[in-house]
Amino acid sequence: MAKLRVGVVSPEREIWSGEADMVIAKTVDGEIGIMPEHAPVLGVLVEGGVLRVKRGGESDLVAAVHGGFISVANNDVSILAEAAELGSEVDVAAARDALQRAQSSIEAGQEDADIRLAAKRARARLRAAGEEV
Amino acid sequence: MGAQLRLLRRRISSVKSTAKITRAQELIASSRIVKAQQRMQAAVPYEQEITRAVSGVVSNTASVDHPLTVEKEQPHSAGVLIVTSDSGFCGGFNANVLREAEALRGLLEERGIQAVPFVVGRKGVTWHTFRNREMGGHWDGFSRRPSYADAKMIADTLIESFKEENGIDEIHIVSTEFVSMLTQNVVVRRILPLEVVESEAESDDTIPPYFEFEPNAAEVLDSLLPRYVESRIFNALLQSAASEEASRRRAMKSATDNANELIRVFTMQMNQARQAEITQEISEIVGGANALADAAAGKE
Repeated sequence: MAKLRVGVVSPEREIWSGEADMVIAKTVDGEIGIMPEHAPVLGVLVEGGVLRVKRGGESDLVAAVHGGFISVANNDVSILAEAAELGSEVDVAAARDALQRAQSSIEAGQEDADIRLAAKRARARLRAAGEEV
Repeated sequence: MGAQLRLLRRRISSVKSTAKITRAQELIASSRIVKAQQRMQAAVPYEQEITRAVSGVVSNTASVDHPLTVEKEQPHSAGVLIVTSDSGFCGGFNANVLREAEALRGLLEERGIQAVPFVVGRKGVTWHTFRNREMGGHWDGFSRRPSYADAKMIADTLIESFKEENGIDEIHIVSTEFVSMLTQNVVVRRILPLEVVESEAESDDTIPPYFEFEPNAAEVLDSLLPRYVESRIFNALLQSAASEEASRRRAMKSATDNANELIRVFTMQMNQARQAEITQEISEIVGGANALADAAAGKE
């Protein structure tokens, strides 16, 4: 069976590239699963989403992806993330800390878009690292 | 004579310490170019992908009717993003960019368009404030190590002003393109209204695929185009950073060479002066001895 060629890139570097059997990402419309021979799609990804790349035989590649796009064409899948981090690279303690700070300021009543975004991002990073949130 | 010798010694030691400084600057710049080039390389995949995505959308949707792509019939003002460096010691780097920006300003004014400068880099900002030119916006402090957040900040300001009713109608960017260690060119590009440029000629490529959009074409375009502009600006910043280091290296290398040449000339002059002094001393001693001998002979 044909494989997907997947590339996860952020503006400052290429985060990961390789072959995969399936890619699951979260667009603004909901989760989308891409398998080989998928029709060309260009989707907008949500802030603080988790990307899952299924590879036969190996463990899944999980990454926290903040905003950006997924583009699929001819078995090429590119994830253009404004910022992204592999689950294995996530600093769990720092992410927990960030989440806690965001939550405590939300509880304190100073809720604005920035803080909500920070909470979302921290949650995505924790989920990518395989932590319970 | 002794005075001249002392003077030359002092000048040599001062030129030597200058040469030491410029040599160090040269070495620092050389190592920084490599890093700047790596950062440039690392940004290439994203830029290629986003260009592909934009051209995919533009070729898929028959009428791209987005504020960022529509050309105004009567443009009356244009934003010019001028990318300069924060620090000097880099030869003609900033002068070249500013000269090109002035030329563009002239061209725009011929067309009846007012040019509004947006300036990156301390050198460009001081250039503009010294001449009392009003700037649409200015940023500094990151010319050597631009991050994507910096590019985003600049793009936000530009796009904001572009979308305003009485804001700018076009955005041009004047920056330095890094071709190689030896060649850097100043380039002028229009980034808005959008002209989709392929970073590499992909003419042999097949027809772009017919995309489906999630959630829909308009919304995808809405979030894709600003990202595209950001990535163009980020690319310009990175190229400019690499070019800055390259021209700094070159300027410092020629400064070091000049200093070494000066040291050579001064050393020669100093040796001549020393030799002349010794010769004179000898002839004085000989003359004195002769005079004594003559006086002794006269007594006898």
